[in-house]
Amino acid sequence: MKADIRVALVGNPNTGKSTLFNILTGLNQKIGNFPGVTVDKKTGFCALPDGRTAEIIDLPGTYSIYPKSKDESIVFSVLADKSKGMVPDLVVVILDASNLKRNLLLYTQIADLKIPVVVALNMIDVSEKAGIKINIDLFAKKLGVPVVPISARKNTGIDKLKNAIAFANSVALQQDTIDIESLAPGIIAQIKGEMQVENPYVALQLAHQHETLSYLSTTESDRIEQLEQEHSFHSQKAQATETIARYNFINDLLYDTVTKPEAAHDETISNKIDKILTHKVFGFVIFFAILLFIFQAIFSWSAYPMSLIEDLFIWLQAGAAKVLPAGPLSSLIIDGVLAGLSGVLVFIPQIAILFALISILEDTGYMSRVTFMMDKVMRKVGLNGKSVVPLIGGFACAVPSIMSTRTIENWKDRMITIMVTPLVACSARLPVYTLLIALVVPNRNVWWVFNLQGLALTAMYVLSVFSAIIVAFVMKFILKARERGYFIMELPVYRMPRWKNVIFTMYDRSKTFVLQAGKVIIAVSVILWVLKSYGPGDRFARIDKQYAQPQYTKTMTPDSLTKVIASEKLENSYAGVFGHVIEPVIKPLGFDWKIGIALISSFAAREVFVGTMATIYSVEGDADKLQSVQEKMHEAKNPQTGQPVFTLAVAFSLMMFYAFAMQCASTVAVVYRETKDWRWPAAQFAYMTALAYTASFIVYHWLK
Amino acid sequence: MKLSQLEVGETGIVKEFTDLEMSVKLMEMGCLPGEEVRISRIAPLGDPIAISVSGYQLSLRRFEASTIILQ
Repeated sequence: MKADIRVALVGNPNTGKSTLFNILTGLNQKIGNFPGVTVDKKTGFCALPDGRTAEIIDLPGTYSIYPKSKDESIVFSVLADKSKGMVPDLVVVILDASNLKRNLLLYTQIADLKIPVVVALNMIDVSEKAGIKINIDLFAKKLGVPVVPISARKNTGIDKLKNAIAFANSVALQQDTIDIESLAPGIIAQIKGEMQVENPYVALQLAHQHETLSYLSTTESDRIEQLEQEHSFHSQKAQATETIARYNFINDLLYDTVTKPEAAHDETISNKIDKILTHKVFGFVIFFAILLFIFQAIFSWSAYPMSLIEDLFIWLQAGAAKVLPAGPLSSLIIDGVLAGLSGVLVFIPQIAILFALISILEDTGYMSRVTFMMDKVMRKVGLNGKSVVPLIGGFACAVPSIMSTRTIENWKDRMITIMVTPLVACSARLPVYTLLIALVVPNRNVWWVFNLQGLALTAMYVLSVFSAIIVAFVMKFILKARERGYFIMELPVYRMPRWKNVIFTMYDRSKTFVLQAGKVIIAVSVILWVLKSYGPGDRFARIDKQYAQPQYTKTMTPDSLTKVIASEKLENSYAGVFGHVIEPVIKPLGFDWKIGIALISSFAAREVFVGTMATIYSVEGDADKLQSVQEKMHEAKNPQTGQPVFTLAVAFSLMMFYAFAMQCASTVAVVYRETKDWRWPAAQFAYMTALAYTASFIVYHWLK
Repeated sequence: MKLSQLEVGETGIVKEFTDLEMSVKLMEMGCLPGEEVRISRIAPLGDPIAISVSGYQLSLRRFEASTIILQ
């Protein structure tokens, strides 16, 4: 789609920016990357009332144009870097009408960049309810820009905002807020002259941010450094002076245009909720109850839809077996593609539930209370209160969580969080755990409400959190701090979750999971099918020849004969040979060569385990009896002893391996992307594999 | 007096900061000289604390609060 104008959304966090973005663009949005940096760039299109189309760019929420984290640093680059043609024609600044003072700081900074601005005064309903009276006409006149009161949640004022966007001036008309040149006269003048920058505030920002701006060349950056020395420019002092000047402007503006109720506010609802949710005792009790509820919900709510999906695939496989002529093609489709696919799709209900619950926690504002409550504990183990969000997000998926560590300003805290996040039991381990737990733990209730299987799963999750904490604690002593850490954070007002948002997140994440993980899983399934269907040299031919001899054909029923041939062939296939090669290494953990194949293929992605098991064991199932993976594994017997393969010890040893090992190609890639150094993912891979082997070994020998 | 010495519910007015780096971050968040601050709550483990400032709630560690000098 070709857009007529480009509009950037800018605002503080928690101002309803993403809600407004969703309303303006509908489902017509895509997530990409800003060039050169790994910051998500959400763009979408919006039809304007005059028939034109606007491309809307959602910039990361920030309190100020001075970046405190990686994400925030993109805002100034997008608004100032003219070389890539990314500069928007118009900026919509979203202000929280119930919290104007702090919100206006960012507005005054953006306004001084002299890009045309429209102000969206969001949550106007909330501020009216609180008795805040804003003289919008005067406010707009003093700023010199269109100001549109809206409520993104209630979907009011949006048409007026679209009108304002459509009819906005193409030249910046806003009033100056503060006298910028006087903040650092010499250096601003010189940067303007030398770097062909017209705007004094852009010049000042170049002086402040030149070290982190990717669009400046090294010579330019060095030159600015030199100018700073010449003019003895002190970045922090200049910023302090500027911030105070801006707040003076804001206070004058608010004095003239806004009246607040005199009487001290009654205790707000949010405050009452906080009294309970961050209570000394109840605070933690409620937090753990919520976590327990999430795990129980993942198990019990998903049972029915999961069995539906399983049945659907059994039906599909049976259908395909009837329609397709027997041969390698039908085998590839039924045992390779369909078996692998059902292994992925069956986990959609669990992933959807997990993402929905996590997005509710974030949306309501509870997540920042968890950060607040946990900061002291987290600091003790070398993390930061803000590490809680990536760690809890790690229950869903380490990849977005590691990306979300960008909000942690402190380098050491961030690195430790990145290193331990993959230990947290992610949703890809869930299929492995559910399958193995269902296999060896009885489905029974203890103490009326606690399902034994649910408890076993909870234990795996608790273990993952403890291991992450212990590893973090060790790393605290290994890594050296680069700068001091701090924890200055807004606690947003509690709000009802936006259900549309929750559903959208659920849909979006499940889709991403199916597309991302699905590709890997199908590829691995097909490769695996090839590896197990063909063997080196003439081994397969020899097997066929051997069992064609009368001593077998005469003594055995045709049915058991095919079974014996199939399992002989599996053992002699490429996959079988490979499994046998690694068997000595994994034997002390209780694993046979078949599990070995699953382990190796899982290094691409953990959830591949289930598909692999399905593919491997489909060999042994009766041709006319299609079973689910679980049933097949349950019936799996050791050919020598006749004992079941998946005993309690083996199942738990396997779970330990999956709990600790870094079996996820995407995580390795994202850790590299975030740290820009191969040594980080390498160190992570090494320590996690070592942990996995040790833990499996101990558990296997303890339970055996 | 330092902000960190206040009890829950008590208010004070910010006078100055003892730490330039911290002050820049605090001022951006609307916590600047002349502004009234009130301790709204303390985290269950005694640290960090949450203050009301500029019409919203801000959380910060005790150490950070100790760099804020009140009038």
